[in-house]
Amino acid sequence: MSYTFQFGALAPYQGEILGGILLTIKLSVLSIILGAFAGAILASLRSTLGRPVRFLVDAYVEIIRNTPFLIQLFIVYFGLPGLGLRVGADTAALIGMTINLAAYSTEIIRAGIEAIHKSQIEAGEALGFTRYQIFRHVIIIPAVAKVYPALCSQFVLMMLASSICSAISTHELAAAAAFVESQTYRSFEVYIVVTVIYLALALMLRGLLALVGMWLFGRRVARRSLRPIPEVSA
Amino acid sequence: MTLRTFGFSEFGFLLQALQWTALLTVIALVGGGILGFAIALARTSGAQPVRMAAATYIQIIQGIPVLMILFLSYYGLSLAGFELPPLIAAGASMAIYASGYLAEIWRGCIQAVPKQQWEASESLAMSPFQQYRYVILPQAIRISLPPTVGFAVQVVKNTSVTSIIGFVELARAGTLINNATFQPFRVFVAVAILYFAICYPLSQLSRWLEKRLHVGTSR
Repeated sequence: MSYTFQFGALAPYQGEILGGILLTIKLSVLSIILGAFAGAILASLRSTLGRPVRFLVDAYVEIIRNTPFLIQLFIVYFGLPGLGLRVGADTAALIGMTINLAAYSTEIIRAGIEAIHKSQIEAGEALGFTRYQIFRHVIIIPAVAKVYPALCSQFVLMMLASSICSAISTHELAAAAAFVESQTYRSFEVYIVVTVIYLALALMLRGLLALVGMWLFGRRVARRSLRPIPEVSA
Repeated sequence: MTLRTFGFSEFGFLLQALQWTALLTVIALVGGGILGFAIALARTSGAQPVRMAAATYIQIIQGIPVLMILFLSYYGLSLAGFELPPLIAAGASMAIYASGYLAEIWRGCIQAVPKQQWEASESLAMSPFQQYRYVILPQAIRISLPPTVGFAVQVVKNTSVTSIIGFVELARAGTLINNATFQPFRVFVAVAILYFAICYPLSQLSRWLEKRLHVGTSR
């Protein structure tokens, strides 16, 4: 094998790659915020409202969790225009990512809510908390704290999965890589550099989420969120 | 000119492509399982450098997109002089991806076996190999069944990413049919239903196993 690396060939395309990085960050941050929020709401509705709501939320979660993200993107990007809704590639990517992440967040937060012991709620009632106060202080916040590490893992997975959006011509990092490759033919160099960038982004996101976790829930929860991902789908 | 519509023969084509998805999943799980098992053992080894190396490997694989592993092995290696057929490139990439996650899942399962079991088997003068073979692994495997089946669902879904490098599995077949019929909504919903038909039973099996084996993890 005689291959000489020429990373210099990538230098003129810094702008492309930087643009890709920025879009990847933007999509990830927005979808994490929207997806986590939607997940918290859906999980709450599911546990407080009646059976029909529970069934609908569960159906949504199961459908999203058991079909590939790529196909969900295709349906949003290619399928929606057929129904009269035309969306751009970036919007489609954001919609797809949010829909996907919301389903996983719902499932994770649901597990957290179910882990809250009934006696805790009774204790809240005994203290004269209103239903809203019980829900806020006894159920949702402890539930999210409990599953925060799993949520963080899911956020990182979503950031990485955003690379798949390149398949619907969203110009994020993976698409930038493919573009630079097509211009320079230095496949190995481009993909090595971009892989390292993804790795750095993943580590930074983990660090950031750990900081957020420390701020929200304290040190112990935050530290657990830095571990690798054992509970991907348990 | 009349366009083809999405009918029975197109659906048959999807079913054919589904076989490649299944094959790729099996390759990923078997290859990733062997590699992942070795890494899980390294991750729980007594020697710190070995443990650190395994941990680094896991962090790297979990920190990069599957798509990049595919790009690197498919385009990168072919440029470097290894001309890989798509099935091998795709299979190897999926196996590498799976190994990083399986290693971490199985590490958790090995460590979930109570410490006393190690001590007891050691006091019976078992060699480390015997300890693993007769005491630890039988228990760890039981614990690992539900999350492993659950992870298989992720692998089935992620094989769809190989369509981006042109490997004709289910997702790619959907794209090809869509190009011929221009009925994206129908085509991709059909594709989604096929994925769901594989993944949902696996998810339910994982859940059932979890209840059935009633494994209490020691966290």
